[in-house]
Parts: sequence; C-alpha cells; structure tokens
Amino acid sequence: MADLRIGIDVGGTNTDAVVLDADGRVIAKAKRPTTPEVTEGLRAALDAVLAELGNGREHVTRVMLGTTHATNAILERRGLGRVAVVRLGAPATTAVPPLSDWPDDLRKAVSAGEAIVPGGHYVDGREISPLDLDAVRRFLDGVRADAVAVTSVFSPADDGHERRVEELVRAEYGLPVSVSSEIGSLGLLERENATVLNAALYGVAAHVTDALVTALAERGLGERGRREQGRREQGQGAQGARGQGAQGARGQGAQGARGQGARPYLAQNDGTLMTLEHAARLPVSTIGSGPANSLRGAAYLSGVADAVVVDVGGTSTDLGVLAGGFPRESAAAVEIGGVLTNFRMPDILAIALGGGTVVRPHGLGPDSVGYRIVREALVFGGATATMTDAAVAAGRIPPGAEDWRDRLQGGRQGDMSEENADILESAVTRADRMVIDAVDRMTLGRTDRPLVAVGGGAFLLPDHIPGVSRVIRPEHAEVANAVGAAIALASGRVDTILPAGDSRAAAIESAKEEARARAVAAGADPAGVEIVDLLEVPLSYLSEPAVRVHVKAAGPLAR
Amino acid sequence: MNDIPALARGCAVLGTGGGGDVRTGSLAAIRAIREYGPVPLLKLDDLPGDALILPLSGIGAPTVSHEMIHGEDEPKRIAEEAERIFGRPPSAIMSSEIGGANGVAPVAWAAQLGVPLLDADGMGRAFPEVQMVSMYVAGIPADLVIMSDVAGNVVTIRPVDGLWSERIARAVCVAAGSHALMSDYLLTADRARGAVIEGTVTRALEIGRATEGAADPLAALRDRLGATRLITGKLTDVARRTTGGFVRGTATIEGTGDDRGRRLTLELQNENLVADEGGRIRAMVPDLITVVDTETAAAIQTEALRYGQRVTVLAWPCDPLWRTPKGLETAGPRAFGYDLGYVPVEELSHG
Repeated sequence: MADLRIGIDVGGTNTDAVVLDADGRVIAKAKRPTTPEVTEGLRAALDAVLAELGNGREHVTRVMLGTTHATNAILERRGLGRVAVVRLGAPATTAVPPLSDWPDDLRKAVSAGEAIVPGGHYVDGREISPLDLDAVRRFLDGVRADAVAVTSVFSPADDGHERRVEELVRAEYGLPVSVSSEIGSLGLLERENATVLNAALYGVAAHVTDALVTALAERGLGERGRREQGRREQGQGAQGARGQGAQGARGQGAQGARGQGARPYLAQNDGTLMTLEHAARLPVSTIGSGPANSLRGAAYLSGVADAVVVDVGGTSTDLGVLAGGFPRESAAAVEIGGVLTNFRMPDILAIALGGGTVVRPHGLGPDSVGYRIVREALVFGGATATMTDAAVAAGRIPPGAEDWRDRLQGGRQGDMSEENADILESAVTRADRMVIDAVDRMTLGRTDRPLVAVGGGAFLLPDHIPGVSRVIRPEHAEVANAVGAAIALASGRVDTILPAGDSRAAAIESAKEEARARAVAAGADPAGVEIVDLLEVPLSYLSEPAVRVHVKAAGPLAR
Repeated sequence: MNDIPALARGCAVLGTGGGGDVRTGSLAAIRAIREYGPVPLLKLDDLPGDALILPLSGIGAPTVSHEMIHGEDEPKRIAEEAERIFGRPPSAIMSSEIGGANGVAPVAWAAQLGVPLLDADGMGRAFPEVQMVSMYVAGIPADLVIMSDVAGNVVTIRPVDGLWSERIARAVCVAAGSHALMSDYLLTADRARGAVIEGTVTRALEIGRATEGAADPLAALRDRLGATRLITGKLTDVARRTTGGFVRGTATIEGTGDDRGRRLTLELQNENLVADEGGRIRAMVPDLITVVDTETAAAIQTEALRYGQRVTVLAWPCDPLWRTPKGLETAGPRAFGYDLGYVPVEELSHG
C-alpha cells in the first residue's frame, strides 16, 4: 500500500477528499459541507478519508489541495494585505495610472499607494528610461505596506527592471514582492491588476498553507509528524521491512518520500500543482483551480483526453472542454472581484442549474436550496420541488439511490398529483434545453467529442445530448474535482515576444527551456517534463518581424 | 462631455471591428475628466472661422498599445508644436477617427489641454490607413503631420501627399516603439466645413445610450443605427494572418434560430470589410459592418472574435462623403484589394 495520494477540493457547497493508491485507483472518498471558516470542512473531509484508510495513512506521501480561499478573500475583501504599487514606465503610461479600473472598496482595502517611476522597455527591447531606483525608494519611504507589486512595461519580454526593484525591496525594506512577469502576459493594466491582487493575497496564502500543514501534522501526516514517525519506526527496526515493502522501481522513491513525510501541494487554475513555497509566491494562481480540477479529474476517471466536461453541482453547472487532457483556456481577460486580469484561466461556462435548483410551475431557478437540499427536497421529505426531484421523477436516479423514486411518490406530499408531475416533467425539459444549448456553445460545432458527466448532480443529465458523440458517466464522478487535485502535474509557462527572423527557432527553444525550468521550480521531476502547449501569434507594425510566444511545460511531481 | 461609458460603447460599434480597444482610452478619459474637469462638446458652427482644429489619433500596433499606454504629455507637445507653426493655439481637439479607441481617447487629450472637443471626426467609423479620412477626400492637402511619442520626441513632417504621409508616419511610429500620437490635416473651422463628418461624437453617445438598460438591446441598437441584420448565429471559424502590417482574415458565422442553414463570411483587415453569403455580397466597405454580441449588443472587435460566440452582424450606410467617386477610390472595396464594384448596403440587403 505504498505511495498514497490525497486530493482535496474545497468547493462552494462541498469539500471533497479522495485517496488514490500507487496505481491511481480511488480507495477512499468523502464529501463534507464547506464551512464558513473553510479549514473545518477541510479537516472533516480529510478525517473521513483517513478513517477509511485506517493504518494506511502511514503511506500517504502527498496531499493536494484545491481551494477557494483566495477567490473568497477578494470577493469579500477580507484578509487582504496592503500593497505598494510600483509601475516602471514613465514617461509612458502616465495617462492611465495603476488601479484606475478598480472598484473603490477593493482599491481602498488593498492599495497602500501607487507610483509610476522611470523604467520599462519598448517592444523591441530598448529601455523607455533608465530605471530610477531612487524614485522607487522615495515612494516606498512614504507608504506603509505589507507587500510590494512591481510591473514594468514589456516585462514579459524583458524582466530586468522588475528584478532589480525586487532585489532592492527585499534588501532594503524586507517586504515580499510580487513581480508581474511571473504572473501575467502582455497587456499592462491586466497584468498589473493580477500582480497587485497576488501581492494582496500573501497573507491569505500563508493562512491556507499554515492550516494545511497544521492539519496534516495533527494527523501524523505532516512533514514534521512524518519525520518523527520515521524515527519511531527506525527505532523499532521497521525501516528495513518498509524499504522492502516498497516494491520494485518505486522502492527508491517511496523511501525518499517517506523521509520527507506527506508533501503538501496547492492546485492552480491550469489543472497543475505547485509547492507551498511556490504557492506562497503566486497565490493568485489558485483562483479557478476548482473547475480545472474537475476537468482533469473527469479526463482521468473516464480515460478520455478530448471531451466536453459537465460538472453538475448543487447550485450551478460548469462546462469546460478538455484538449489533450488539459482544460481549454479562456482567450478573453478574466474578471476577478470586479478587476480585469489576464492570467490564463480555464474556459468555463457556468449556468444556473444544479441538484438544488428550485422548480416552479413556470420556471426553473435560478435560486437553489443549496446544502439545505437534504432537508428541503421532496425526495428527502421536504416541501420544495427541486431539480433533483424532477430528475428522479424522470427516472434519472443516482447510483445506489433506487429508493428515491418511491420516496418521491410516497413522501410527505402523498400521491404525486398530475399537475405536480407535469411541473416536474417540464422542468426536466427546460433543464435539458439549457444543457444542450450550453454544450453547443462549448463544442464549437464539433460533434465528435464525448461528454463526461461529473459532480454530485451528474445524474440530472440525460443520456443523449445532441452535439456530443456519447455521454460517459465514470465511477467516482461525484468527487472528480478532488481526483483532479490528486493527479495534477506541476507546470511552468512563458509568455513573451521573440524575433520572427533567423533567430526565431533558437529563441523558441530557449523559451521552451525557460518553461521547463519553471515547471521544475514548481515541483516537477526534471526527467518527466514535457512541453504541453506552444502558441505563436505574429505581431504587426514592428520594424523587425516578431511573434508572441506562449509555452507551457508540465510533468509529474518529483519525489 | 462626461458620459464616457456610453461614448465608449458607441465608438466600439462605429469601430466596425477595428479602431482599437476602447477600454484603455475610456480609463484615460475618465481619469482626465476627474483631474481637469469635463470637456465641452462644440459644433463646427460654434467656432470662429479662423479657429484652429487639431485632429488627433493614436497610431501603432494594437498589441503594443495594450502594453505601452500613452504618456500624459504627448498631446501637449503636439499642441505646442501646432502653436509654433500656426502662431496660435488650437481652439478644439477633433477625433481623426470616431470608431474604436481613437473616438474615446480624444476626450482625455482635450481635458489635458483644457480645450473643447469638436462634435465631428474624419471617418464616421474606423479605417486602417492614415489617408482614409474625409479631409483627404475633400481635397485638403496632407502637407503637415505632427507626431509625439512617449520619450518626448516631436516629429513634424511636410509630406507631398496623403500616401507619403502614411508611409513616413508609419516609419516614425515604428522607430518610436510602434506607438505614437499623431495630428494631421490641421485645419481652420472654415476649411473644416464639408471636409469633416459632423455630429459623430453625439451619434456615438446616442448609440451607446440606446442599448443601456434596453429590454432588447439588439433591437434598440438596430433601430438607432437604421441597420440591416445580416445574420444571427454562432461564430464557427476565425482565420487570421498578418500581412503588410495588418491583421487580415475571415470569420464565418453559421445562422441559428430563424437563420439556421445560412452562413455568412466576413472579410477582415483590422475592420470588417465585406460580408459574403454564399457568393452573394450582403454589405461592403465603406458601409459599416459590425459584429455584436446577440444578447448584450456590445460590439466585438475583430481581434476578440472567438469560436462559439453568439453574434449578430449588422450593416448600415456610411456617410455620403464616402460614396462620392473620390471617397470610394480612397476607401471603397478596391482600395482594400477586393475586385468589387461598390453597391450600397440598402440595395444589397433587405430586412
């Protein structure tokens, strides 16, 4: 039972946890309500799967967490740090100062002050102005901040000025620095916004990682607990037995992992993982990890790499597209808490339809009974007709819940009146139409791809949906997002401008190398890193032909 | 003049897919108004005959303008150079191009300079090339171009004609990092009469306000524009390539609902130029063709066209100036390399 992995996904309604064995089989799973103080739900789900494991918990080598902490902090303007915002670009860019497009309350909560100082580059690599470090000092001397965000014009092509400011701030002010070239791609305002949000989230990230590390340590899974356990076992002479127990090729790795304890990781929005050190630097990347995990989990559980994934939850249904096993990314800028940012996010279409969606005589939702479904839905003896009831009436029943149909007929409502039956039936028709339309939007006219149905409400979906080749309902689909967290790879990306002439090939090679290096920095095994995405876009109006290049590398986690 | 969101929505519609993203220009305008106060909007008749009008526009690559935003001093340097040449300061700023970013940003420039904005522009829409302006069609000589960049350089060009103006201005722009502010066809109020397209700032505002809070934004927009709906459907193919400094390509829209079974192809060069349905031309430049989101009626730039979008394509007549022989020679289908004789949109499309 060597090398177990735990995946946890903190969603809006439920916190899911799964345990995968060395062969990638789901050997334990649990769903617990997400709590307002998110860590309680996390602990409950973790305890539930550990209880199923029994002694097996000793073999847990990795714990992967996907969480909504950062998103909630921004939406609720809670726990955010105060950020000194530095832009390097003067005299350019002064017509639109930093945070111009931020909602006032968020700006008030986050900004410790903003400055545009000389620095930055032209598209062709020349400096706009020599970097003025004294101007940076004068600005920082006048503000009280928890962190600094620095954004330089064209830093995705040349991050030199940003790095020098980073060094200065660390050395002379001892503050954490968020550097825009690490965070976003071209598009100054959107990249700057993401960089400032990232800096504001440092405290939130520390809180999450502390909570995770503490929860693991308390349960004897943490790195410290693991080391102590290792020493105890060593004292009892168990070392040799364990070493042999970890069979074959995995022996080496298992032994190594054992010395380190269960390593914690955080899931990011492209369906890959990062180490806690990496997450501490780039907390903004955890935003949107939920849908990414559910897409990756769906690919894993179904064995299909190219598909439409429909994740039906309690209040909403998320649709995404898998391309080569990874989420298709959104091409448009993404708004977070009223702020436009440009980091890559999965292309998700959310519709107001879930298991708890309230059914009315002439309509469907958009409100939902949410977690109260276990009391309020007709099948649970409640008095509210929900989509779950409508689905059950139509004979769509979750596996293992065959008695729901009887409960619907013979529940507190007594015999189902013809009128009520009609209402439920038309709700299913409406819901199907919503799903069919949404699927059509996501498939872009391609009808050869299958649809993978996941999430707690997947039973709502019909078996035949126009626009897809077939509907796949994999085992463990209800916890696909936690599975997605458990199987995630580590990745790195580069987004920059390169010459399109003779040096193009060499420049693209070096961008690939950089992406690989970043994947390794994020925790990937150098031996297993591959380039999984390469995008070239030619640019216009330049003296030298140039291309914008986006490269992504990903690989399995190093042990 | 302080309703920037409505102006921006209207300019995006008049951008016919090009003219640049209105967002950054909007932010600059909102900020400048906050800092320097609202900008008066003037009619041509409000100006004395010898008043100097300073047409302004940004020039450069869209990708660059998303990164390299204008500096605040650029319009001031151009105004100072104009004053040096003409012996008096400009009395009003005019947008060279009401479509897209260059329709909104002039509000910021006017606020920064403390001068009014003229309710007129040089295109009534967006076009990709510098000589494609009403002033050129009206025979105003392109004998002076003033450019200013973020570094503080000011370049004054005395080109022999509009084509040279385009060629040299482009070279200067590239040297300046593919981003500059430019003024050409500087003219007095007297000369501007008949040489500019009047009322276009008001028109953009009205277009923007029409969709605001409308129960059916698409119908409201169509009514306001007097536009023909070419198709409502789903974007199923976008092909782009960069040639000669422009993004060219095609976008295909498959009809949905009542339009099911129909297919419209748009030819693009920054802007939407020709709408073709199975070999039958439905609309062509210089008439205006705009792709809008079917639900919100918000205009979608050619750069932002994506597979799967639910869109409606609208087309409506251009300013009569563009239908004159010189207008068509300057910005008709042949000026863009299409072997098509111009036929007005109202004769090509009904309903």
